[in-house]
Amino acid sequence: MSRVLVGVKRVIDYAVKIRVKPDKSGVVTDGVKHSMNPFDEIAVEEAVRMKEKKLASEVIAVSCGPAQAQETLRTALAMGADRAIHVEVAGAEYETLQPLHVAKILAKLTKDEKADIVIVGKQAIDDDSNQTAQMTAAMLDWPQGVFASKVEKSDSGLTVTREIDGGLEVVKTKLPAVLSADLRLNEPRYATLPNIMKAKKKPLKKISAKDLGVDLSPRIKVVSVEDPPVRQAGSVVPDVDTLVAKLKEGGHV
Amino acid sequence: MLSPFRFLVAYVPKLHGLAQVRYASQVLPQLSAEKYNVKRKNYANVHNSDINYFKSILGEERVLTDKDEVMPFNTDWLRSCRGQSQVVLKPKSTEEVSQILSYCNKKCLAVCPQGGNTGLVGGSVPVYDEIVINLMLMNKIISLDEISGALVCESGCVLENLDTYVREHNLIMPLDLGAKGSCQIGGNISTNAGGLRLLRYGNLHGSVLGLEAVKADGTVIDCLRSLKKDNTGYHLKHLFIGSEGTLGVVTKVAIHCPVLPKAVTLGFFGVKSFENILELYNSAKSSLGEILSAFEMADNTAITHTVKNLNLTNPIADYPFYVLVETHGSNEVHDGEKLSSFLEKEMQSGLILDGTVTSEPAKMHSIWNIRESIAASFLVEGYVFKYDVSLPQKHYYEIVPKLKQRLGDKASSVIGYGHVGDGNIHINVTVPQYNKEVLSLLEPFIFEEVSKVKGSVSAEHGIGFRKPQFIHFSKDSTTLDLMRDLKQLMDPNGILNPYKVLPDTN
Ligand SMILES: Cc1cc2nc3c(=O)[nH]c(=O)nc-3n(C[C@H](O)[C@H](O)[C@H](O)COP(=O)(O)OP(=O)(O)OC[C@H]3O[C@@H](n4cnc5c(N)ncnc54)[C@H](O)[C@@H]3O)c2cc1C
Ligand SMILES: Cc1cc2nc3c(=O)[nH]c(=O)nc-3n(C[C@H](O)[C@H](O)[C@H](O)COP(=O)(O)OP(=O)(O)OC[C@H]3O[C@@H](n4cnc5c(N)ncnc54)[C@H](O)[C@@H]3O)c2cc1C
Repeated sequence: MSRVLVGVKRVIDYAVKIRVKPDKSGVVTDGVKHSMNPFDEIAVEEAVRMKEKKLASEVIAVSCGPAQAQETLRTALAMGADRAIHVEVAGAEYETLQPLHVAKILAKLTKDEKADIVIVGKQAIDDDSNQTAQMTAAMLDWPQGVFASKVEKSDSGLTVTREIDGGLEVVKTKLPAVLSADLRLNEPRYATLPNIMKAKKKPLKKISAKDLGVDLSPRIKVVSVEDPPVRQAGSVVPDVDTLVAKLKEGGHV
Repeated sequence: MLSPFRFLVAYVPKLHGLAQVRYASQVLPQLSAEKYNVKRKNYANVHNSDINYFKSILGEERVLTDKDEVMPFNTDWLRSCRGQSQVVLKPKSTEEVSQILSYCNKKCLAVCPQGGNTGLVGGSVPVYDEIVINLMLMNKIISLDEISGALVCESGCVLENLDTYVREHNLIMPLDLGAKGSCQIGGNISTNAGGLRLLRYGNLHGSVLGLEAVKADGTVIDCLRSLKKDNTGYHLKHLFIGSEGTLGVVTKVAIHCPVLPKAVTLGFFGVKSFENILELYNSAKSSLGEILSAFEMADNTAITHTVKNLNLTNPIADYPFYVLVETHGSNEVHDGEKLSSFLEKEMQSGLILDGTVTSEPAKMHSIWNIRESIAASFLVEGYVFKYDVSLPQKHYYEIVPKLKQRLGDKASSVIGYGHVGDGNIHINVTVPQYNKEVLSLLEPFIFEEVSKVKGSVSAEHGIGFRKPQFIHFSKDSTTLDLMRDLKQLMDPNGILNPYKVLPDTN
């Protein structure tokens, strides 16, 4: 049976309206509601289902971030993860944390914890990088099944159905392997009350990137963060002829 | 940020499922006049000269006369009523409303004031050819006092837009209801809408600070103060709150907005019996105290059908009853502690069988969405008879099993859900098609039952067109006489929303 390591990131809740800081250095996060990256919820769900199907023996949730990342880990524990590791990265260091750093951390922890499946969300809805799974696989030199919409156990490893442009691609990988969860992989459960209570008592270990020997010095610099352009207001035209004329005028037909 | 967000919108239960359900059935409802056997009263007919007059004050675009364009304004949200109006007017200012009414009063032309047309008692659509005065273009926000929380706006502002606006200023609207995306503040005031958080933020009679309304003869009544306290003479604003367009047209509103809660948590629980719900309510009141902001219930059929009909997800398994408990507070840690001790206690006592609790906005939204979609979701199963009554809490749910027994297999479902904290239950009876036999089993039976325990035959939806013949179950004859006197005083020609609220005298 496998041991599964799942990466979970704390991001601004997707029902919250995002605001850019006046100095354009990033987005406002203070006092803003955060929750688990939705794709990571899918990853946790998949790992927990593997355990329920007796394909996995243990599920370990990992989050890199400030102290509040522990709330996200508690959610993963309430969903069914067995234990959690909080890699504390705070302040300026967190602001420049990149997928490469996270991949190095996950790869190191995977070895330390002797995990043989790593699952992360295909991307985080804040940075939209879509790199962590691929880089982690590279660091470990393991096969990868990314954008997974279905994962099945096969004799020698896993059969992963991937959502690609225009259809589905089915790949087989040996174990150990790295997976990333796409939207349709599953529908994550709500944490139920008894499990929320139990989660409070599950083990949560805190370590630093330094303990893992991972260097977090920044490799990119954010130059500017801007709001998307505002959609221009529409106008009402009196009849079809005017509409057609306007469309022609704008070169749309 | 954009791409996954777009995917997620498809996966998160739709916010605006209402409109889709609304037009699921394309069959036109029967004309109200025929269906409910109502005689036209002696008002003037609308002539071309009248239309021309309206066009002279509003311009061409704000006078709708095309049959297809007028149709939606004749049909109510429930599709239980259809009027025969030939003209819809869309004023943009109090002066225009005043001009319209003064003209109609002189000519004895009947009118039907209309907001978002989400009313559930047929009050918002004409019965015969009353002229529809739709307030949707009176949608300007006038001012917001961030210290007192007083918002002043025109009556056609959509509730959700106002809420979005005041949230930017760390305030919320004092009411919230499933129809928020369409209903207007003027409509809310005219129906004295209650909604999901009345338990916490109180009734509109408390939060409406002032208003401006136009009387039938076009006189503008200016009670638009935004003061918390104003004991100068009679409190006339209250006359318009809940008067359902029969005493005047509300044109402007001053309303008190409470502070945006910093900490919000939502729990959704499975409960064994209605008795247990009441016990849980008492426990929630004493454990959660001032942070309790909503306490709602729904029975098993209400939730399981809604989830199925609208393809949503029930966060927990099947239980006989479901309860939704929300807290609004200012400190996450403080609220969290209170909530956990409440939950631990009631899980142990067995009042809560199972449940989930979250303070993540997207998850809270999905859970609220189930509760708020109940009303709409049954429309896809057939014709829905809807009742909205107040009952002493110990009698709250009794009527549902009684009705089930009385109707047998004549109804496809009988559900009870609502604002249990306020003693207000919604009873929906769904039948494959409208039929008079079921109607005669329901009415006046339900109202008699309600009257026996001194309840109200309309808790929050009003009397409108569908309930005047039952108002006597809740109001005695001297009270009704005073209501008639007031109507006579304010609208001597009876042009404002006829066939509504007041029963005929014979
Ligand atoms: C899905 C759904 C959920 C609902 N939930 C609740 C709930 O929880 N609590 C609750 O109380 N109600 C609820 N309602 C019913 C509620 O009465 C209406 O949603 C709302 O208050 C009406 O506002 P409106 O702008 O749509 O008014 P309309 O439906 O247009 O009009 C309602 C009445 O007010 C009159 N009116 C409207 N605007 C004016 C005005 N400016 N001046 C004078 N008269 C006017 C109309 O003539 C009519 O008699 C719900 C309705 C729906 C469809
Ligand atoms: C020391 C003091 C402190 C006060 N503090 C406040 C305060 O903080 N806030 C505030 O709002 N007021 C305050 N008041 C004034 C307040 O109006 C009265 O104290 C109280 O509300 C009046 O009650 P009462 O029974 O004494 O009425 P009365 O003084 O007897 O009558 C007041 C009015 O009500 C009428 N009335 C009385 N009973 C009835 C009835 N049953 N039916 C019809 N009409 C009736 C009377 O005709 C009269 O017009 C204060 C007064 C005092 C002396």
